[in-house]
Amino acid sequence: MAATEQTTAPSPTSEVRDLVTRRVAQAYSAGFITDVESETIPIGLSEDVVRLISLRKNEPQWLLDWRLKAYRRWLKMDEPKWAHVNYEPIDYQSISYFSAPKSMKDRPKSLDEVDPKLLETYKKLGIPLREQEMLAGVVPQVAVDVVFDSVSVGTTFRKKLAEAGVIFCSISEAVHDHPEIVKKYLGSVVPFGDNYFAALNSAVFSDGSFVFIPKGVRCPMELSTYFRINERNTGQFERTLIVAEERSHVSYLEGCTAPQRDENQLHAAVVELVALDDAEIKYSTVQNWYPGDENGKGGIYNFVTKRGDCRGPRSKISWTQVETGSAITWKYPSCILRGDDSVGEFYSVALTHHRQQADTGTKMIHVGRNTRSTIVSKGIAAGHGQQSYRGLVRVLPSAHGARNHTQCDSLLIGDQCGAHTFPYTEIRNPTAILEHEATTSKIGDDQLFYCRSRGISEEDAVSMIVNGFCKQVFKELPMEFAVEAQKLLAVSLEGAVG
Amino acid sequence: MNEQTHMLDIDNLHAKVEDKDILKGLSLSLRPGEVHAIMGPNGSGKSTLAHVLAGREGYTVTQGGVKFRGQDLLAMEPEERAAAGVFLGFQYPVEIPGVTNLYFLKAALNAQRKSRGEKELDAADFLAYVKQRVKQMQMDPKMLHRGVNEGFSGGEKKRNEILQMLVLQPSMMILDETDSGLDIDALKVVADGINAMRGPTTATLLVTHYQRLLDHVQPDRVHVLADGRIVKSGGPELARELEEKGYAWLQPQKAA
Ligand SMILES: Nc1ncnc2c1ncn2[C@@H]1O[C@H](COP(=O)(O)OP(=O)(O)OP(=O)(O)O)[C@@H](O)[C@H]1O
Ligand SMILES: [Mg+2]
Repeated sequence: MAATEQTTAPSPTSEVRDLVTRRVAQAYSAGFITDVESETIPIGLSEDVVRLISLRKNEPQWLLDWRLKAYRRWLKMDEPKWAHVNYEPIDYQSISYFSAPKSMKDRPKSLDEVDPKLLETYKKLGIPLREQEMLAGVVPQVAVDVVFDSVSVGTTFRKKLAEAGVIFCSISEAVHDHPEIVKKYLGSVVPFGDNYFAALNSAVFSDGSFVFIPKGVRCPMELSTYFRINERNTGQFERTLIVAEERSHVSYLEGCTAPQRDENQLHAAVVELVALDDAEIKYSTVQNWYPGDENGKGGIYNFVTKRGDCRGPRSKISWTQVETGSAITWKYPSCILRGDDSVGEFYSVALTHHRQQADTGTKMIHVGRNTRSTIVSKGIAAGHGQQSYRGLVRVLPSAHGARNHTQCDSLLIGDQCGAHTFPYTEIRNPTAILEHEATTSKIGDDQLFYCRSRGISEEDAVSMIVNGFCKQVFKELPMEFAVEAQKLLAVSLEGAVG
Repeated sequence: MNEQTHMLDIDNLHAKVEDKDILKGLSLSLRPGEVHAIMGPNGSGKSTLAHVLAGREGYTVTQGGVKFRGQDLLAMEPEERAAAGVFLGFQYPVEIPGVTNLYFLKAALNAQRKSRGEKELDAADFLAYVKQRVKQMQMDPKMLHRGVNEGFSGGEKKRNEILQMLVLQPSMMILDETDSGLDIDALKVVADGINAMRGPTTATLLVTHYQRLLDHVQPDRVHVLADGRIVKSGGPELARELEEKGYAWLQPQKAA
């Protein structure tokens, strides 16, 4: 059964339209380019390139074989066309599949060995790696792994985490240092042939984060990875794997930025989460890849496969995402609720402005008994932005007593944008209880005037109204990041809306 | 007339909405310390006047002008008018889901203070300040944590307008049918709120249909607005006369 609801913006209202058109161009504040010497392999994709990547990373044979299987599968697959997005065909032969800052060739052993220019880059982005370690104990502790183009440049707080038994490092390191865990779980949630972009990622993935929380451990701090694309004509294909053993708990956040460039860049990541019995994984994303300019030139194509497997009973996986960047977002963080009484959650804010397009949502696959899922999706469209929620709730015959609650709200700013909702359900157990609510509203002239008549500027009024709309999702983010997300939204709206 | 003695000076104001002339030569002046009531039939232009004074877009002034403390009010943006001390109590207050009353009030007050070059209030000081006003309006402090007017009853919304007024401490208040939809007790609370703002440096323009508000808030002058202009002005007794006779006797041109 598939239901489709489509809503386009109601008729224009003068004040809002003015707001949108008045201030179009605004600098993307993360749009600078870092001048580091990079080693980028020539553009193009072939078996040799896959072998070269594996060789560069000094990988074991099993991983190379896995990559090659994925590559061969990918060759036989077609790019998906069902998403509600439009873009020129991607020329996969014009992309370079590996780029590393030269100074990273001999991987640094600690932050002291990291190129100061890279540290400076992260500082500019508001991620002061070094200070963070020094200030430990003063500011809330967040361990950070940073991935610059294709490689991880450093992970903080390793020692403290190691004391707790937590492994937090780049996936490349994990392949060498913890091969048995990686081999066991890599591809176990998102198989290499899962979909077109996942297959591509499996063939060419460069780096990403690896997290392992052993039995009974509550990770002592937030874990976070910042991804940055710097080089021109490179794609970023990171791979993240998080394994939470029985009764463990972890909260993980990823942030993403890229320089402002005229051409589109491809980002095709895969994230796999595994939660064993009674484990809980909270995965938050603040995605701010370069969205392109107001005419739709440039920007990141963000085609991502994220899936969590609630493998054990009473396990819980919660996805929270704030998606403000990228020219195109194609992303459906999903939960497979395999264990009895397991819980899946998806909280999403997606904002599209100018020519941005987002087709995002989630899949909740109920397998175990009494599994529960919650979906809260908040879509904001401004300018010519296009926004689609696409969600699937599937209840298998084994899933006695499954429950889902879905809430999908769209907020339109101006009259050129669109919001669409595509909720699909497949129910094969009659005891399932599903609820679905959907609303579409727009920021009205009356709301703006009301705020202004109280002394609040129109710009602040717009961001206040939007933040109010997103509140349910923001409260799911770790405190520090909720503040960051609010600011990000305000900035995106400044350029994009008010 | 000397500008300086006037709080608000509306002179021969003509305004239209979407090519429809609504205000057709309206003149009215308030001195500091005064409360004036405006009454008049539905559709005569009372809310239009209120919106023009607060600076709502879409209302075009075609002739005449408005001075606020000698300043050209119409040249100012709505938020500048607010910071300068103009407050509009809406006939139909607007809902802003997800934005708490507390947050909204703080954002408004601090935006105004900032624009006046005053120090912004910190969270603790502000909370104490607001709680005081909430008590004054006999409202449940829990409403501070609800969305602005979100799901409020008609009467609660009106009470909330007066709360905002007490928090923002404006000098020129334009209250558009704040008394409509209030129960008897609420009317008294709202009237007390309005009276509390009365003083030698403030002025109030009360738009109302009923004498009952004016029983609690004694106006200095009462005006009748009909078909876009003031057709009659008088003392408090005019309101009582209107309550008895209606408006027809004042508009021979319409009755004919
Ligand atoms: N956007 C608009 N387009 C066309 N006509 C409008 C618009 N807004 C107001 N009007 C008209 O202007 C006239 C004055 O309206 P206004 O709201 O000022 O009346 P009012 O005196 O406040 O009435 P009430 O006592 O019912 O509140 C009405 O005839 C109304 O229909
Ligand atoms: Mg009215």
